[in-house]
Amino acid sequence: MYKISMDQIDQLYKAIAEFDALYLPIEKGGEVEFYPYEEDAKVRLDVLHTVKSAKDAFLPTTENMMKFKVEGKKIEVEEVDRVNQEFVVFGVRACDARSFSILDKVYLSDPVDTYYEARRKCGVIVATACSRPEETCFCMKFDIDATEPEGDVVTWIEDGVLYWEAKTEKGTALTEKVASLLEECDTAAVDRQKAATKEIIDRLPLNSMDMEYLKGADMMTLFKSEKWEGLYKSCLGCGTCTFVCPTCQCYDIRDFDTGHGIVRSRCWDSCMYRDFTMMAHGTNRKTQLERFRQRFMHKLSYFPINNDGEFGCVGCGRCISKCPISMNITKVIKTLGGDN
Amino acid sequence: MQVEEKKEFTPLIVAFCCNWCSYAGADLAGSNRLNYPANVKIIRVPCSCRVNPLFILRAFQRGADGVIMCGCHPGDCHYTTGNYYARRRMTTLFSMLDYLGIEKERTRVEWVSAAEGVKFAATMKDFAETIQKLGENRKLRDLRCEK
Amino acid sequence: MREIRELLVNKIKELLDNGTVDRVIGWKAGEFCYDVTPAIFTKDDSFDDFLFNGFCGANQSKYLIEETKAPGRDEPEKGKILVLLKPCDSYSFNQLIKEHRIDREKVYALGVPSKGMLDVNKLRNMGINGILGIEEDGDMVKVKTLYGDKEVARKDLILDRCRCCKGSKHVAYDELLIPEAEEWEKDTTDRFAEVEKLEQMSAEERFDFWRSQLSKCIRCNACRNVCPACSCRTCVFDNANSGVAAKVNADDFEENMFHIIRAWHVAGRCTDCGECSRVCPQNIPLHLLNRKFIKDMNELYGDFQAGDDTETKGPLTAFTKTDAEPSIVYSRGGDK
Repeated sequence: MYKISMDQIDQLYKAIAEFDALYLPIEKGGEVEFYPYEEDAKVRLDVLHTVKSAKDAFLPTTENMMKFKVEGKKIEVEEVDRVNQEFVVFGVRACDARSFSILDKVYLSDPVDTYYEARRKCGVIVATACSRPEETCFCMKFDIDATEPEGDVVTWIEDGVLYWEAKTEKGTALTEKVASLLEECDTAAVDRQKAATKEIIDRLPLNSMDMEYLKGADMMTLFKSEKWEGLYKSCLGCGTCTFVCPTCQCYDIRDFDTGHGIVRSRCWDSCMYRDFTMMAHGTNRKTQLERFRQRFMHKLSYFPINNDGEFGCVGCGRCISKCPISMNITKVIKTLGGDN
Repeated sequence: MQVEEKKEFTPLIVAFCCNWCSYAGADLAGSNRLNYPANVKIIRVPCSCRVNPLFILRAFQRGADGVIMCGCHPGDCHYTTGNYYARRRMTTLFSMLDYLGIEKERTRVEWVSAAEGVKFAATMKDFAETIQKLGENRKLRDLRCEK
Repeated sequence: MREIRELLVNKIKELLDNGTVDRVIGWKAGEFCYDVTPAIFTKDDSFDDFLFNGFCGANQSKYLIEETKAPGRDEPEKGKILVLLKPCDSYSFNQLIKEHRIDREKVYALGVPSKGMLDVNKLRNMGINGILGIEEDGDMVKVKTLYGDKEVARKDLILDRCRCCKGSKHVAYDELLIPEAEEWEKDTTDRFAEVEKLEQMSAEERFDFWRSQLSKCIRCNACRNVCPACSCRTCVFDNANSGVAAKVNADDFEENMFHIIRAWHVAGRCTDCGECSRVCPQNIPLHLLNRKFIKDMNELYGDFQAGDDTETKGPLTAFTKTDAEPSIVYSRGGDK
């Protein structure tokens, strides 16, 4: 294990930014998001949750897929280059770090999404352990250890010192590049922090939430539950939960006429929207109840059925703090559980 | 060998003209052989009231450097009251653009009747000069539309 | 607040029992006392988790569009619905009636008092996190957290929109829960103060300010979907034939366009209820766009408050022959 004083952390950022693009939780306009590092950026490693999750780094909100020009019967297609430069995402929390493996199951399974794959290959994840969880956190329900996140490098911040440990080959390579700034140390401080944090996690209010009934639950029983009726009514049909969610992975593809050609791009989409999966004949989810149910059934039933029981949620709690009418996945889990 | 031509900025101006007065005014300017800048692109609308604020924004998106709307003089609207509504709409919209820090001189409303071919040509000339001085529209453009 | 809740539950039960209404849109308790969700309660439901506290900020008048719709061919006729309107909500209620979006006959409106609603994010911004419980106690709010207990002045937690409160008078109701609810000691901040501050800046400064704010937009549509004035059946931004439909802002232009057009579409109908800014996950001060329109229209066309009544025409659907010319814009603002 290595360490660096938080007073010198800027030097570490600068060192990384010298050879790689570096993304960090940076405060802009009063809110914190993952942005590329700039010299006078207001880095906020202390903030637990960026508004959007770190998935942006691999699945950007919007990206161009190709361009084309049509002249008479001739179509000229111009490919957009895949990402091929290494980049570092620094300060990823345990929940977001786990979300990447969930996204992998969708995007890296056949047929592989080459845009996503290229970013995953080039991306180095420097995760940061949590020491001050929020009341909205429930990552422990998905066997995520907030004190030991998944990542190429894992860091812990304790008493003004950042502790650094490489976990993968990519992580070791990155460590070597910045080795001159790091200092070898023992794990005592980190162990202390881990123990203290685990004690807090045990006391988190959502720790007591019952999710056992969902494991191996019958899909159609959940689907047909009458409780959806009471749950969906207040839903505004906005996309806040979807867009702040680290595991939501749906996208839409659109063509934009630039006046001198066409740009085909894809962007995030939300199953809460009325025009989600709109087809020539219309849509197959005509009511908000169906759309609302789709989102939660996907995370709690369809996804686990197709992925060895892994839920499509990492318990980051963003939907809890961001939903305009405070409806969220934990309320759904609790209500559906109830006396089923 | 290719010689890089240094292009001088010629603004692109979109003019929404109402069918009954201003478009006829433009016609008159034409038939009277009055000169007005060739980079003014006229879009004929049934009434100034037809101009939706989205039209103005989309003109900027597609590369316009200035947008001018022309209609019948207040009181002379072919549909009696259309331009009175348009007047309020454009005033509030232009004020909002200014509030967002977008140069207010890039937008203008001018009332031009069917008999005012001279005024039409003069207005367009003056507006084109204003936009020429302001330079390219950078604040309200869509990068995808740039060549 | 606790006493009001008791009073409210008794009133609701009375109205349900005597058949005045057959259901009520109320507030359902969540996990943390601040995550209150609007929910429909009927006579048979338990009111144990019915809540009325400082976090019931959501403006419920928009739900009435759906709830008072004529029933479909196979649906049974529904009775009246009880809606609980805070003073500011009653403006949106009126406005929706004016726009024929709510069937007034199918609603029983109960005016509930409000002394300013609270914003849990204010606590978070103070560095108070791990919130387990919040207790309102007069002028103070006691907060229980994972990291120790805190006490904060209630006035420091008031939602921004409540700082410019329209007052404790309901403009529409069938009955008032507390007829003589006293005026609360609200902030005397002028609601246009922030708009004026922006107007005094140079165009460049204003541009930078709005870029820094609007570039945060994730286009989640929360502002639009929560807005009682945004009641179109299909929004222009969802209409594939409009040419501007998009699900995500592809660039700066779309960020600007979405918010300019949304604010413009509700201009003259926006009651300044402030829901847009309350729900924005990025805390973009969207109300400053709406207030700019309100301020301009007040100054140019005379004072107008949308939702004050159900008849008066809004400033953008009316005119006078002597209205200011658009060129007036050139002589207003910070850098004339």
